[in-house]
Amino acid sequence: MLVKLAWKNVWRNKKRTLIVAASVMFAVVLSILMRSAQLGSYAYMIDSATHLQTGYLQVQHRDYRENRSLEKSYVPPVGLKDTLTQMTGVSAVAPRLETFALVSHDSVTRAVGIQGIDPAAEDAMTRLSKWLVKGSFLEKGDSSLIMGAGLAKKLNVTVGDSVVLYGMGYHGQTAAAILNVRGLLELPLPQLNNSAVLMSLSRVQYIYMAPGRVTALVMMLDHPDEMARIKTELARHVPAPLTVIDWQEMMPELKQYIQIDNASGLIMLAILYMVIAFGVFGTVMMMTAEREREFGILNALGMKKTRLMAVSAVESVMVSFIGALAGLALGIPLARYYVEHPIRLSGDLAAAYETLGIEPVMSFSARPDMFGAQALVVFVIAVFCALYPLFFIRRMRASTAIRH
Amino acid sequence: MALIDVRHITKTYNSTAVPVHALRDVNVHFEKKEFTAIVGPSGSGKTTLLNILGGLDAPTSGEVLIGGQNITGMKESALVEFRLRHIGFVFQAYNLIPVLTAIENVEFIMLLQGVGKKERHERARALLADVGLADRLDSRPSQLSGGQQQRVAVARALASRPRFVLADEPTANLDSESTTSLLDMMEEMNAKYEMTFIFSTHDARVIERAHRVITLEDGRFQEDKQ
Ligand SMILES: Nc1ncnc2c1ncn2[C@@H]1O[C@H](COP(=O)(O)OP(=O)(O)OP(=O)(O)O)[C@@H](O)[C@H]1O
Ligand SMILES: [Mg+2]
Repeated sequence: MLVKLAWKNVWRNKKRTLIVAASVMFAVVLSILMRSAQLGSYAYMIDSATHLQTGYLQVQHRDYRENRSLEKSYVPPVGLKDTLTQMTGVSAVAPRLETFALVSHDSVTRAVGIQGIDPAAEDAMTRLSKWLVKGSFLEKGDSSLIMGAGLAKKLNVTVGDSVVLYGMGYHGQTAAAILNVRGLLELPLPQLNNSAVLMSLSRVQYIYMAPGRVTALVMMLDHPDEMARIKTELARHVPAPLTVIDWQEMMPELKQYIQIDNASGLIMLAILYMVIAFGVFGTVMMMTAEREREFGILNALGMKKTRLMAVSAVESVMVSFIGALAGLALGIPLARYYVEHPIRLSGDLAAAYETLGIEPVMSFSARPDMFGAQALVVFVIAVFCALYPLFFIRRMRASTAIRH
Repeated sequence: MALIDVRHITKTYNSTAVPVHALRDVNVHFEKKEFTAIVGPSGSGKTTLLNILGGLDAPTSGEVLIGGQNITGMKESALVEFRLRHIGFVFQAYNLIPVLTAIENVEFIMLLQGVGKKERHERARALLADVGLADRLDSRPSQLSGGQQQRVAVARALASRPRFVLADEPTANLDSESTTSLLDMMEEMNAKYEMTFIFSTHDARVIERAHRVITLEDGRFQEDKQ
């Protein structure tokens, strides 16, 4: 009967229930959207950085990260690439041979990063060709090169021109070649755009006298969340001196940036929670004052304060629960919508994103655990605030309450 | 032994800048089957006296004995239980739990007392029939007139089978017709169940109907007319 009375109170006082439940609902929606935008932007940053640069995981020689020279390249053991490809959760694998060179055209010489890639595999994995602004993309066994548009401008070359390349080959021999520029990529990261040269893997292996060698097997994943699991699993298949490293090890700056931004994001969220708490608390306080007489009469008639408190606690939980559910019902589709339709940024914010090398869009996340967590936090806050009537009832004197 | 024995009750409110002496050395007895009005000008202490009789407020000094049992100084939790078992209340207005129907309101008090479901229902039905609302069992308070609501409140007060019923200005919000019929009904219950009614009022027509009239003035016991 107490639960029944609480349930009836909840439903027969529709206006009151609606106001409290609606404030809880909007709180849930707000916190979901806020967190969704935060998590979405991190996922987006990681996604674009891994696509443009490192992939999620790489198999490297264990010393390569310390000493990025061809000495630390390796010939992939037979079957390793297939093993990686067949691993559940790995969506694509592509080999790379990365090194350095001086590239000259006329009297201009620049130090550049050379990437030998498997054009088809790499493009499938990183969608590199979408940045192509002039000429055409590499083909398998291609003997020409493509480069960042920024670099081309510095070298004053364009598609069809030839450049001279000098580098140091696998065993310290001189590597030199004259190569045709086949295409230009407008890469979104300035440091890449100004220094990247891409060639077919076999061509780089040939020029650098490193037949069959790669510096990394680069992997993309179906679900980035599974990275840790896949990494440990892979480690078992990768023989020494090779090792598996992840993007966080390869791009510590990005990891740190996300950590710092996440910390400030959590502070923002905490502020939002506080605003929510005050809002719900204020509403509940007003409504409790309105019910003072009702509580007083029940107590006068012989209803123990503990029972009164129980009824009103049950009511609070019910209303908050309804609000939190409604918030999920509205927040989830809304976040999903924004996942599908990210918001294009403009102005200063867009500029800031661009300097970070990220497309200026505000991405959202629809991670199920995030929805649950936000709804739960707001629900707990709401219940906490909505327990105010308990203190009110404890302090109340029936004789005075009835006079009101 | 008197049903209610009020001994040297004083009540002083100290919460205000100047202490208010709401009751000053009031001595009075109430017997079983009384139908008594407490009258007096506004601020004379009627509500304060009823609250003290009902164990809703503690006197500053003096004692109240109910059936020989001293209720002054009882603990809050014991008092709640005492009120539930022994005292019926009717307030001036907005007596009923808004979300419950007439019969649920009457049953509610018996539920708190732990009366079984079947008996609860039968007693509530019979009492609502007694107060002339046999056909409004399932109406909610908002669907009842002020007079009908007060009838439900009287039925509820009787439902707990108390030793007496306290009513603070039960007719203050009623028109004269409803006032008359509520008093008729209360008198009927007084006769039928030998139930003691103690009510406060301003209304001359109500005073006329009382079997005994106690007058308070400025917190002092003034006059006692049978
Ligand atoms: N909680 C309180 N704090 C301070 N003073 C109070 C309090 N309750 C009542 N009083 C004062 O005590 C006196 C008696 O009040 P009480 O309500 O008992 O009078 P009453 O006879 O019922 O008046 P009315 O006919 O207006 O209902 C009044 O002067 C009132 O202002
Ligand atoms: Mg009064």
